[in-house]
Amino acid sequence: MSDVSAILTVASRDVLKLGRDRTRLAFSIVFPLIFIGLMGGTLQGNLGRAAGFNFIGFIFTGVLGMTLFQSAAQGLISLIEDREQDFSQEMFVSPISRYSIVFGKILGESVVSLVQAVPAFGLALLLKVPLTLPIFALMLPAAVLACLLGAGFGVLAMSLLNSQRAAQQIFPFLMFPQFFLAGIFNPIKILPWYLAPFSLLSPLRYPVDLFRGILYQGRPEYSKIVLFDPLTNLAVMAAMFAVFLVIGTALFVRQETNR
Amino acid sequence: MQQPVIEVRDLVKRYRKADRNAVDGVSFSVYPGEFFALLGPNGAGKTTTISILTTTLAPTSGRVDIGGADAIHEAAAVRRQVGIIFQKPSIDRNLSGEENVRFHAILYGLYPYRPFYRMMPADYRRQVTELAALLGLGDEIFKPLKKLSGGMMRKLEIIRGLMHRPKVLFLDEPTAGLDAASRRNLWDYLKGVREQSDTTVFLTTHYLDEAEEADRICILDKGKVVKIGTPDEIKADLLQEYLVLDSADRSALRRELERKGLPVRDAGPFQVHLDGRTAQDVISSLDTELTVLRIHAPSLEDAYLKIVGTAIE
Repeated sequence: MSDVSAILTVASRDVLKLGRDRTRLAFSIVFPLIFIGLMGGTLQGNLGRAAGFNFIGFIFTGVLGMTLFQSAAQGLISLIEDREQDFSQEMFVSPISRYSIVFGKILGESVVSLVQAVPAFGLALLLKVPLTLPIFALMLPAAVLACLLGAGFGVLAMSLLNSQRAAQQIFPFLMFPQFFLAGIFNPIKILPWYLAPFSLLSPLRYPVDLFRGILYQGRPEYSKIVLFDPLTNLAVMAAMFAVFLVIGTALFVRQETNR
Repeated sequence: MQQPVIEVRDLVKRYRKADRNAVDGVSFSVYPGEFFALLGPNGAGKTTTISILTTTLAPTSGRVDIGGADAIHEAAAVRRQVGIIFQKPSIDRNLSGEENVRFHAILYGLYPYRPFYRMMPADYRRQVTELAALLGLGDEIFKPLKKLSGGMMRKLEIIRGLMHRPKVLFLDEPTAGLDAASRRNLWDYLKGVREQSDTTVFLTTHYLDEAEEADRICILDKGKVVKIGTPDEIKADLLQEYLVLDSADRSALRRELERKGLPVRDAGPFQVHLDGRTAQDVISSLDTELTVLRIHAPSLEDAYLKIVGTAIE
């Protein structure tokens, strides 16, 4: 019981902090606005007709997946910095297990990421992305899974990067290629042979494709956009999450004391 | 003989890629209720030792028992028994004082998780009211801590650290960065805490005046224990009282001192070690007229400087 309480405490701290961090809140509103509104609008205007599908919906699903995944991953990575500063020292010397800290952090950062996704949904509705109630009802659990996968990826990255400086320098290299390999802004239905395996290895590809699978289900452009059926995406996400979490947590716990 | 509450045996820590041990075969015991100070220059191994004792760092070899639990294999049991005040404040300034305290209480299993203060048990709320009164904070305990002074933050941390009634309170350079008034105030507060509870206090510090208050002091240098004992023992072992003498005719004074079996090495004024004699004996036996006469009683600082030499920054 006390471990459940501890996990909820660790998680609630992240959520409370988001509520008080106005810069981060403002950024989370502006960020999807820039990508979905500006980029989606531009691409739709120039390429939409040629591609034969609505680019705003395409960018919305991509940016949604990216926001959720990246925010959750980054939240976990903040444990590296936190460990040397502020309240987290407290967590590391309290009698709760390292696993509870990691789970609490995954839970908290996932909720934080979901909150940040709200403006993206709002904007999508404004821009007339066909978000019906059944689609939204399916997207919500998919969004939770995207956060969890991002957090799992964050745990693994955090366990491999042992300093804040390394995290700041290397994390963009782990994320940036994925924006293209996962097809956030660009269709990847056809990829050159040398990029295809990297795209398959990119974890971000699967939640984004899952969102597109839900949004475009039953529509004529489905086959042009969606790469794998949602069940395949779900299975890959589950497997990746399990691998990231097990290896990442084990490495993190070991690295924590064996300096 | 009382059982020690902290027992450290042959503790060694070598960091990865380091070419020497940060802690090199350290052994000591701390007894319940004792105020124990770990003193040493930068790089002496103080923070490494306290990190191992508080289970955040694994040693290379050796044994550490805290309250009967093995710090290496029973870390959770050790963590329940200790409170820690870190060098850098571990208060979350984005949260209110009450939220910081609540999170601590829940992490230590004192209360179940509740998202809001008003949902917490009455017992907890009473504790928070008392705590706010102790800090003179009133309702400010419910506001984010951004404006709280360094000294107040430290106090809040100590109160929080004592909430789960730890057997040992570890203080890792707790007054670093505080002004003189805040330091004094904090130590007065800690003194009160020690008088009211039988908490063992384990302190690491650079400040000799803080260590001088301790029941026992352990001086570390280059990862090794160089001296351990009460402040008086350390002073007595290392330094003896000596006389400082000078005369207008230094060579006459030197010759006279040498004749009386009191050789001096300095160019003058001369340091004359008493070696069991009283200052009265020495002075009354001298015929040369003196221009300087002073009895030097050693301070802990003298002893410390003698031990660690020029290693202090």
